[in-house]
Amino acid sequence: MAGLGTLGNRLYSGEVSYNIVGRRKLWYSVSAVLLILSIATLGIRGLNLGIEFKGGAEFSVPVATATDASIVQARTAVTSTGNTVSSVTIVGGSTVRVQTAALTSEESNKVSAELAKSFGVSESEVKVQLVGPTWGSEVSKNAARALVVFLILVALFLAMYFEWPMAIAGLVALGHDVLITVGIYALSGFEVTPASVIGFLTILGYSLYDTVVVFDKVKENTKGITSGSRMTYSEAANLALNQTLVRSINTSTVALLPVLSILVVGVSLLGAGTLNDLALALFVGMLVGTYSSIFVATPILAQIKERQPENIALAKRVTAKRKNSPEAGDNLGAVLVGAPIVHAAGPRQQRVKKPRSRRSGK
Amino acid sequence: MAKHYRPVRSLVTMAVILVGLTIWAFIPGKDHAPKLGLDLRGGTQVILSPKTGDGTAITPEQLTQTVSIIRQRVDGFGVAEAQVTVQGSGSSAKIIVTIPGQTSRTIVDQLKTTAQLNFRPVVAVDYGSPIPTDSPTPTASTSTSPAVSASATSSPTPTPSPTPKPSPSVSVDPALLAPPIQATDLSGNFPELFAALDCATSKIVDGGVVDDPKKYLISCEKNGSYKYVLAPADLVGTDIQSATAGLPPQGGAGWQVELKMTTEGAKKFATSTQTLSAATAPQNQFAIVLDGVVVSAPAVNEPILGGSAVITGSFTVDEAKALAQVLKYGALPIGLDVDEVQQISPTLGADQLRAGLIAGGFGLLLVILYLLLYYRALGIVAVFSLMVAAANTYLMFIILGRGIGFTLTLAGIAGAIVAIGITADSFIIYFERIRDEIREGKRLRTSVDTGWTRARRTILAADFVSILAATVLYFLSVGSVRGFAFTLGLTTLVDVLVAFLFTRAVVTRIANSNWMNSGSAMTGVCPERLGVAKASEVTQ
Repeated sequence: MAGLGTLGNRLYSGEVSYNIVGRRKLWYSVSAVLLILSIATLGIRGLNLGIEFKGGAEFSVPVATATDASIVQARTAVTSTGNTVSSVTIVGGSTVRVQTAALTSEESNKVSAELAKSFGVSESEVKVQLVGPTWGSEVSKNAARALVVFLILVALFLAMYFEWPMAIAGLVALGHDVLITVGIYALSGFEVTPASVIGFLTILGYSLYDTVVVFDKVKENTKGITSGSRMTYSEAANLALNQTLVRSINTSTVALLPVLSILVVGVSLLGAGTLNDLALALFVGMLVGTYSSIFVATPILAQIKERQPENIALAKRVTAKRKNSPEAGDNLGAVLVGAPIVHAAGPRQQRVKKPRSRRSGK
Repeated sequence: MAKHYRPVRSLVTMAVILVGLTIWAFIPGKDHAPKLGLDLRGGTQVILSPKTGDGTAITPEQLTQTVSIIRQRVDGFGVAEAQVTVQGSGSSAKIIVTIPGQTSRTIVDQLKTTAQLNFRPVVAVDYGSPIPTDSPTPTASTSTSPAVSASATSSPTPTPSPTPKPSPSVSVDPALLAPPIQATDLSGNFPELFAALDCATSKIVDGGVVDDPKKYLISCEKNGSYKYVLAPADLVGTDIQSATAGLPPQGGAGWQVELKMTTEGAKKFATSTQTLSAATAPQNQFAIVLDGVVVSAPAVNEPILGGSAVITGSFTVDEAKALAQVLKYGALPIGLDVDEVQQISPTLGADQLRAGLIAGGFGLLLVILYLLLYYRALGIVAVFSLMVAAANTYLMFIILGRGIGFTLTLAGIAGAIVAIGITADSFIIYFERIRDEIREGKRLRTSVDTGWTRARRTILAADFVSILAATVLYFLSVGSVRGFAFTLGLTTLVDVLVAFLFTRAVVTRIANSNWMNSGSAMTGVCPERLGVAKASEVTQ
């Protein structure tokens, strides 16, 4: 912890600087590969949609210990009622989950009675879920509508609170997060349920939350920057990223801890269910979201801004000034090569470090 | 601005809010726990979407009527706290029925069938409950027995109701008396069943039973006063075009109901009333049967050929309106598609609740540990802030559960757990800002103020995005998504409240303490650890 704190100090002062904005091509390539993979797996494998989206019936039977024999047993029980089983899975070691095609409620009563009899549990212990064929498409339609409305509103907000380039960069990062999260779902074959959709939608909020925090610092650092010639927009943005890096790590860790706890507790106590579906989508999405607010949103922002005439002019001035006096601005991350760069100490970093053993703290 | 900030005032405000919420939440005689959703206490949830047969839009009246019919049926199940709610409107409206606790598996069938309205000629009639043989045979009062006549007839004469003969009680297998009691003809055990039926104890009067209009039916009057053997239906609800309650134009005793048939219905009604009016009592009556219960059984005075009729019988205004409603909407042209049915056993519900609480507790613990390790004294402030936020949220759950029927579902709990992290994020933003200020070489007291001014903007912007997401989700979704969105939005608001009134105030207060300014590593704001060298150390 203290290590992270110390790193925080050095990042803040610019003593240590990770050149993130400058190496945007690397991050873009990483993201491009992930995006292509996501789209490809989506196209090839598609998503493993839960019964909420396909329509059908699902029965969950609690058992003492579920074994492979339970699967056969469940199949036999359902088949004996004249219905066909589409899948039997064991969830959390103590629940047998049977999915069938759409059933009438009369048929489903028969199936649940037969399952209860076969596994020797009372009929009311069998959890039954029947889903009409149109429900899933409505859930998706609602989600899509919510997504569009949210994107429009949030773009307006970002444009008003920050500026258009930030709105665009934020939305690109957002699209990036959702696509990759969905791609990971396609790749891993995790089941997509309405709860996962809630998760995806929440990622929208969270991913932007993170981006807003970083952009707020970028905004602060670049205020009035074009009137001077100390550093280019990209450099200022990179400094902001570095200064908020510890905060990003902390906020993400703290946001991920509860989600992780839902995942662990959910899996060990309940097996699959609302909690896990939601937590899994959030977990994946938050990780991707943190990555994108640092490595995607800000580099894109810097790229857009660097095309604006006043920032082109600024970049020229900065270069010209540095040619005249190579030392100036060095500590602000002007020469950005590799990461991390430990710069020659500037005026503010002239402190004598005590040996680790003599420092206060642990 | 910073100069005028009074931390104590904020803290007092926060305390007043907390105490106010506590008192409100714990008003004696009310529920003192959040309302739990179905997935946490077991039960059945059915989501139905109303659809018109011809694809036209559903009018608000049709929807209201459908909901009230469903509500009647649900009430008929006799389950406490069953709920019928409507979400959305127009063609995207959903009717959500939640029935807590153990429920029968046939509920769904009973819910989704549209109400069935049949007009059945009466075959026999008797008192609803067995009459002791020694009592004198009472005659039904003529003033209350309804009659039907062509609307052209200005003065309908109520026909005396048939005098039922008390029958000796017969015992049959009670299972045979479960509604609907139907048969294709009148032979077999039908007479015994009719004799054995006691409307006072029968479930028939609860309604909600779907009867086959092509079969004979034994049923009771809604108030249990009479029981009937009824012939197959001559007319069904869709044959009725409209029904209105009104006063007789010439004045007279009580309200009446005017009926208008469709062209098809008028023909059927003409044939039926021709036969009925020629018959003797009780076979000149027809019964209006809604969901298996006899609503009214008027006698027919004359053949009604024009397709318009009035039902008279000294109705009160409410009775007449209710009958008109039944006739008009009894068989709604609205079908109900079952979108989703979930049946969760109370045991599973309890398990889910337990898992949700454990996950929440565990998550909170992890966050607390992380905050304490990283932010030390400031971490303690954060932990207390989290607790204040948690208390606020819990109290709001109770109050909103009572006030607007907010129920806490598993998705809602998940929303609250996720919110722990997001709430803590605001504190982190503030603390990191303070530390940034200290790194700039400012003193703690100044840093706390300037740090807040800057952090406040970020916290508000970031929380605004969260609230925006929650609001959009809430208004554009149905079912569990709503529960999640609501909790997320609520907790974000609580987060803003706590950050502004509590966290900032406490940090400002303790920033004045000597210990916080002592430079101890445990404060979390030690300048030295934040990279600011003390003058003495630089020269060391």
